[in-house]
Amino acid sequence: MTLKRKSAAIITLELATCVMMLTALYAIFIYAPIEKTMGLVQKIFYIHVPSAFLAFFAFFITFVASILYLYKRENKWDIMAFCSAEIGVIFCSIVLITGPIWAKPIWNAWWTWDPRLTTTLILWFIYAAYLILRGSAEENRRSNFSAVFGIIGFVNVPITFLAVRLWRTIHPVVITPQGINISYPMKLTLILTLMAFCLLFFTLLVTRIRLERMRLDVEKIRALSQDKKIYRKE
Amino acid sequence: MTEFPEHEYIIQTEGLTKKYGFKTVLRNIDLSLKRGDFLSLFGPNGAGKTTLIQTLCSLTTPTSGKVFIAGFHVRHDRESLRKVIGVISHNTFLYNNLSAFENLKFYGRMYDVPRLHQKIQEITELVGLREYINDHVCTYSRGMQQRLSVARAMIHDPLILFLDEPFTGLDQHGAEDFKKILMGCHNEGKTIIMTSHDLILGLELCSQAAILRSGTLVYREEMSKRVQKDFRRTYFQLTGEKGLS
Amino acid sequence: MSFLQKLWAIVWKDLTFELRTKETILSMCLFSFLVLIIFHFTFDIGFENLNTTAPGILWVAFLFSGLMGLNRSFGSERDGGTLPGLLLCPISPWVIYLAKMIGTFTFMVIMETITLSIFTILYNINLLPVLLPLGLIIFLGTLGFSSIGTIFSAMSVTTRARDVILSILVFPISVPVILASVKSTGLILGGRSITEAYSWLKLLAAFDLIFLLLAYITFGFIVEE
Repeated sequence: MTLKRKSAAIITLELATCVMMLTALYAIFIYAPIEKTMGLVQKIFYIHVPSAFLAFFAFFITFVASILYLYKRENKWDIMAFCSAEIGVIFCSIVLITGPIWAKPIWNAWWTWDPRLTTTLILWFIYAAYLILRGSAEENRRSNFSAVFGIIGFVNVPITFLAVRLWRTIHPVVITPQGINISYPMKLTLILTLMAFCLLFFTLLVTRIRLERMRLDVEKIRALSQDKKIYRKE
Repeated sequence: MTEFPEHEYIIQTEGLTKKYGFKTVLRNIDLSLKRGDFLSLFGPNGAGKTTLIQTLCSLTTPTSGKVFIAGFHVRHDRESLRKVIGVISHNTFLYNNLSAFENLKFYGRMYDVPRLHQKIQEITELVGLREYINDHVCTYSRGMQQRLSVARAMIHDPLILFLDEPFTGLDQHGAEDFKKILMGCHNEGKTIIMTSHDLILGLELCSQAAILRSGTLVYREEMSKRVQKDFRRTYFQLTGEKGLS
Repeated sequence: MSFLQKLWAIVWKDLTFELRTKETILSMCLFSFLVLIIFHFTFDIGFENLNTTAPGILWVAFLFSGLMGLNRSFGSERDGGTLPGLLLCPISPWVIYLAKMIGTFTFMVIMETITLSIFTILYNINLLPVLLPLGLIIFLGTLGFSSIGTIFSAMSVTTRARDVILSILVFPISVPVILASVKSTGLILGGRSITEAYSWLKLLAAFDLIFLLLAYITFGFIVEE
């Protein structure tokens, strides 16, 4: 049962996340210089890149947890896979929203079909499908199906990336994302933001898992009490 | 492999529990049957009869507890287990657009039945469907389909037959024919577990009777005249169903 | 040998069953024919733009009709209540998977052959000189699609919104197959030699192998409860 108060570790994690996020925000808006060619909008890069990294990381966790679930049949891996996928979809959405916002003023195009952005879009679809599958499947098959799909989806990502890249090298896009001139303060800001987002990810994951465990506990209690009503002899 | 020692239990469960999510459907079932027994399992709707049959025939894995069928573990020795059991339910598992012959040929091949064509002739003779062997199953009446289902389940000479409410939808003639076939199977020495809603029919055929209520086995007796006489009263008492009487 | 015998038994059963009613194969062919016609209206296809649009049209027709075939593979078993009967047979889940995949593949190939013939008539193209390389691409692409689709068909039949769930699951995962098939078809129809499409074909073959392997490992978890 997880109906107990938050442990000290979790509270520390949450505090650390707050501190780091505030530091990162400061770094983004005050510390980091404004980029020469792109201007103020370039600062979205500090949100875009860490989100992308964490989306992939979240789906990697789903992949590993899915394998562990099928191998060990312990419920905790299924919970971890699911919660990580949910958070991954959130970060993935952030990538897909910040991308166009950044692209439009710079290259005058909302969307570029470059390999990375396109693969991220497909990745988003795959894990959105994961969540829908989980919602539609029967209760006793849900975990198995999600685990299998979690594995298949993740294995598919590098293949999709290769395919899109091959497509793009044969028909190169007119607009290609140029590298940005990165100075030291920008590097530092990026690292700070990355660390802040990592902490944010773990806080969200831990909280979501706790929430899911609590939900399952409520269901268990409900089922047990119904049991007692039917099975009067106990 | 149709040999199985007489003295050992051909069906044995210990603490069999099945949960769907947090809902417990089968609770600590201890069941043992010797070779040649015919167990009729009764119980109200939702008691878990179908789940028990499904678990015993390896369609579902138990949440906890041990289940051994003909010495095979229900989870680890699935393939071997499936070779020696036959399952008949109210669903016939027959392909409607195929003829009886084609259906039996298919299942015969899946079970590696030797001398298949001869076996098909024999088994359709046994269930009285020899003349209709080339007709499509969709043209059969419910009674005929159920008899063909028995042929399908027996084509590989299983040691054990599981029947899940097989009399559903059968008219008087159909039920009578089916009953005769079952008695024939029992006389041949097959072990049979059957769930049924029909108290009279079930008791007529069985050598042991059991009652399942809310996932627990609340009654288990060898069949005798006395048991048969009192059974109806016992059943209603134990399952707590208040009728109009 | 028993493995092959049982595999063939299931495939034969599915083929016989389908050929009795011809329900699925007819709707698949009719649907792909319809797609070809609708695309003509939407794109106003003439000789100029044919080479660029043709591969896309073909594969959209193939894949969307292919979905029907996929639905049938486990759908008919589920609807007829015969799925438990099949699962109770003493065979490994891998045999069931392979048999269903081969069944779907066969129906798709039949549909694709008919669609190609209609295509040549509707758009006045001569496909004979490129038939062999085109055949190879279609083989690899259809194999990839049916290998992935069979896994998801087994999953989606247990849900209520069966067709929708199947589409949602299959298409994101099939993106590499779609890209590779369309692009290599485009190269072939555009008169290029097959060696130029080599990297796409490698990708297709790798995809097919990887996902067949994944199916082997994971299919048991899908059908067994």
